[in-house]
Amino acid sequence: MMNKLIFGRYIPGDSVIHRMDPRAKLLLSFYFIGIIFIANNWATYVLLFAFTLLAIKLSGVKWSFFINGVKPLIWLILFTVILQVLFSASGGTVYFKWGIITISQLGLVNGVYIFCRFVLIIFMSTLLTLTTPPLELSDAIEYILMPLKVVHFPVYEVALMLSIALRFVPTLMDETEKIMNAQRARGVDFGEGNIFQQMRAIVPLLIPLFVSSFNRAEDLATAMEARGYQGGEGRSKYRILKWQARDTWATLAFAVLTVALVGLRLYV
Amino acid sequence: MSQIINVEHLNYRYPQQDTDALTLTDVSFSVAAGEWVAIVGHNGSGKSTLAKNLNGLLAPVSGQITIDGQVLSEDTVWDIRRKIGMVFQNPDNQFVGATVADDVAFSLENQGIPRETMLKRVDEALAQVDMSAFKTREPARLSGGQKQRVALAGMIAARPKILILDEATSMLDPEGRAEVLATIRQMKADSDLTVLSITHDIDEAASANRVLVVNDGQLVEEGTPAEIFEHGPALIKMGLDMPYPERLKAALKRQGVTVPTTYLTEKGMADWLWQLISNK
Ligand SMILES: Nc1ncnc2c1ncn2[C@@H]1O[C@H](COP(=O)(O)OP(=O)(O)OP(=O)(O)O)[C@@H](O)[C@H]1O
Ligand SMILES: [Mg+2]
Repeated sequence: MMNKLIFGRYIPGDSVIHRMDPRAKLLLSFYFIGIIFIANNWATYVLLFAFTLLAIKLSGVKWSFFINGVKPLIWLILFTVILQVLFSASGGTVYFKWGIITISQLGLVNGVYIFCRFVLIIFMSTLLTLTTPPLELSDAIEYILMPLKVVHFPVYEVALMLSIALRFVPTLMDETEKIMNAQRARGVDFGEGNIFQQMRAIVPLLIPLFVSSFNRAEDLATAMEARGYQGGEGRSKYRILKWQARDTWATLAFAVLTVALVGLRLYV
Repeated sequence: MSQIINVEHLNYRYPQQDTDALTLTDVSFSVAAGEWVAIVGHNGSGKSTLAKNLNGLLAPVSGQITIDGQVLSEDTVWDIRRKIGMVFQNPDNQFVGATVADDVAFSLENQGIPRETMLKRVDEALAQVDMSAFKTREPARLSGGQKQRVALAGMIAARPKILILDEATSMLDPEGRAEVLATIRQMKADSDLTVLSITHDIDEAASANRVLVVNDGQLVEEGTPAEIFEHGPALIKMGLDMPYPERLKAALKRQGVTVPTTYLTEKGMADWLWQLISNK
């Protein structure tokens, strides 16, 4: 399941979005989450949705992936929306009032807006993870953290750690599977009984997994040292990122979007 | 021929050990440049410990190690590590890169080699181990033998003078083992590589020019593979699986057939059998 969460997510492709620099994608995705908060009326939300849907269209990824991205979070979203509807400041026509609970026109509208925000954020971050391999994301993070080097933050080491962690996820998944089967053969039931029984069943899984992870870590450290690893300083890089014209265009598109949002907010 | 590895009176004890007993006791040997030496011995005899001493992954209690004219010390350890490529047993636990190409480039990155050179060397190395088609694959989607070949490609790219294989084929199936051995033979043919292979595998030991036998932290015997294999069943005590022709000889002997005492290769054994049958 974890495997699907982290790795099954990237959908290989050759679209403009796929070919964008991961740094541009990562930064612009964060920027997008920021400018969503400029939106305050229907016109601004329509614009944001049009922009997001256009980006999704360009990526060539099937719509169903995005809908599936929203599904696991739907209860959280609905809970937040309902709180917003029931308890937000009342305004406009009041439809229902009981103690501190009020359902007003303004509350309903706010609820819809919050719902839109959630969906927009999920769509955009899903687009990022579906079109960018995890390794490229870790490269992008390395570049973005680079300024922290002035305060002696170990940027190279953290980036290497991240890429090694990503590299070991499938290996450890396989291992978990093997241990689970070994424990099943000894009569352990996974996914049966109440929550406490299920948690108890996890223990004989975690301990061997921990032991083997430590052994792996030790072996890996030895192998890295034997291959001349002496820390991040003085290393050259095999994989590099290239900022291209399409990344500049994408950035410009976001700038135009921002201006349009501010305009619509002020004049509609 | 010049000695590329020279070990004199090496003693080693693990610091975390509770007894005073040495793990390696007074080990001395040398290896000529271009030689292929196999080290055999039963489990726990100290073979891996010896290998890790050679490139300074472990520091000896006493003794001197000279690699390619440089005495191993804290100052020379990084130079020496560049000269020695090491491939370990578990294919998964030495795969550092997130993709095949990244892993091959790892040693080069550590040496700070310019990217242009790296790109070229990685491609060449992958072509040499016949893994070019897998360049962007993640390790999770490779077989054990393929992973070990990628590890070898990493060595080829880094161009060490010495290759140490610590049971590099022991976790592979016969097919993967054969692939890896073929790659090593190829590497040896292409460059003047010195190979030190720690192994329980008789085929791997048979590929060597010389075999060293380690027992209980001491070098107890050395000789050509043929000399060592003459020991027959005693080989098992030395940590080697008996070679197939030797097993066959032992079985024939039990049946009352007089067999030659010298070591025969599989081919030699077949010839001898033909003679035996035609003489009847
Ligand atoms: N990290 C360690 N700490 C303490 N003792 C160790 C450590 N590693 C190995 N030993 C001990 O040192 C001895 C030699 O171990 P070593 O791993 O060198 O054997 P080996 O010949 O490589 O065996 P194998 O064929 O199983 O790989 C063993 O008795 C082992 O228990
Ligand atoms: Mg060993």
